[in-house]
Amino acid sequence: MSNRLGLGGWVILGLAFAFFALPLGMSAAFSFWEGGDRYGFAAYRWLAASPALGEALWLSVRLALATVAALVVLLVPAMIFMNLYAPKLRPLFEFIAALPFVIPAIALVAGLTELFSGEQWGWLKETPFFLVIPYFFLALPYVYRALDVGLQALDLTTLTEAGQSLGADMGQIIGLVVLPSLRSALVGSTLLTLAVVIGEFTFANVLLFRTYAVFINQIGQHEATAAAALSFASFIATWVAMLIVLVAGSRKQGGR
Amino acid sequence: MKAPVAWLFIGAFIGVSAIFLVAPTVMLAIQAISDDEGWTLEYLLDLQQYRYWVAFVHSMQLSVASATVGVVAGALIAFAVLKPGTPRWLNQAVTSFSAVAANFAGVPLAFAFVATIGSLGLLTNLLKTIGIDLYGMGFSLFSITGLTVVYSYFQIPLMVIVITPAIQALRPSWREAAENLGASGLEYWRHVGLPVLAPSLLAGWILLFGSAFSAYATAYALTSGNIGLVTTEIANVLSGNVASEPQIGAALSVGMIVVMVVVLALSTWLTRRASRWVKQA
Repeated sequence: MSNRLGLGGWVILGLAFAFFALPLGMSAAFSFWEGGDRYGFAAYRWLAASPALGEALWLSVRLALATVAALVVLLVPAMIFMNLYAPKLRPLFEFIAALPFVIPAIALVAGLTELFSGEQWGWLKETPFFLVIPYFFLALPYVYRALDVGLQALDLTTLTEAGQSLGADMGQIIGLVVLPSLRSALVGSTLLTLAVVIGEFTFANVLLFRTYAVFINQIGQHEATAAAALSFASFIATWVAMLIVLVAGSRKQGGR
Repeated sequence: MKAPVAWLFIGAFIGVSAIFLVAPTVMLAIQAISDDEGWTLEYLLDLQQYRYWVAFVHSMQLSVASATVGVVAGALIAFAVLKPGTPRWLNQAVTSFSAVAANFAGVPLAFAFVATIGSLGLLTNLLKTIGIDLYGMGFSLFSITGLTVVYSYFQIPLMVIVITPAIQALRPSWREAAENLGASGLEYWRHVGLPVLAPSLLAGWILLFGSAFSAYATAYALTSGNIGLVTTEIANVLSGNVASEPQIGAALSVGMIVVMVVVLALSTWLTRRASRWVKQA
């Protein structure tokens, strides 16, 4: 039995290439279609002239940044301290991080809507930043996993004791030792969170906020070529984000 | 002196999760079995109505089909790419592409497929000029079959990502040992390769099932709710598109959570069975 990629292997990869390349190539080509036999940049000009696109994208970016901030403030320190002082709580943390997988996004929206159904919560549901609550839990499983892998690779107790014996306080140890060691996990989970939140549709559509994904869906109903252009651009943008993650990850390995 | 700060952060995380994740779920469960007049099973029993029952059937069909396609195709691709003789650039291209495509779900994905094999898509027209009429043959992008094709676009790469470490852990020496003992390629897979991979394949299938089962955006953008899935039915109730009580939405949500818990429990049990030999070894 050979280790080379045989005929079967090439057939599998060829079919996979066709399946994955066609929708991308076709939507790129479709985005240049101007009706009849004419091709050009009409869809892109239309998008550039649309103020609603900028607004929707800006809202999504702000929501994504707010979600990252919430994760940095709430999750990162809690995980570090749990590993340091309360490893017995690990099963509870694992359980919480797995919950969003069992509770589908749409069910969480239904639950949050019911929980905050009273008049006194009107202010909360009117601000789009209400979305940061479900987005936090949407990103939680990925970010938890990435940070957990990063933290397991560190010997936190030794690092802390070494820092303390050198006279550092806890803030200095976390800021100067722990966080820099977690850099690639933090960069990776930040980019993943940005990608997940900017592409998120379920919560925003049901709660009636006009985010980027909701905007693409709306224009898709009447400007099909513009929607194809945005879909193609979204893929390229996600790819760039992933390449940054990969580069950040491999640089860490190279630095060892 | 430092510990109180630590407990503050740990407590804040657990508290936020309890209030915004656990409490809403408990509220759903309560809402599903109560109304103005008190406790009732009426709404859970309403799930037997054709409309909701069919939504569950559709969701299950779509999730099982796309997870199975994803597991089989993803494992085959990962296996082909990981052969030592495969060019390195190909390996890297597939890895980075998988990371992108696995996250390329939702509305953009739906529109990419509409532009390709929608009823006016470029590929549809191209095939028509060479005499293949996809829609005349009964295919529709806006059916369960069509949705399965679209979902495969993020399911297959997701499987490539999850299964790669398991395939890398298959030792070439096992294969050589099997061959020295006279086993054919098929026999190797039947008695060695697949049993070793079984727990990982199963875990991958569950992950894919869950991601398809809870997906909403792709289905909504493609079908505008024409094909009832559980997720789109819940959304219809929430946004007031249909004249049904909010309790129905809660009952459907509870139904989804029950399905996920059952699937997860089954997989835990199966994984334990499938990896029993590990402890014996």
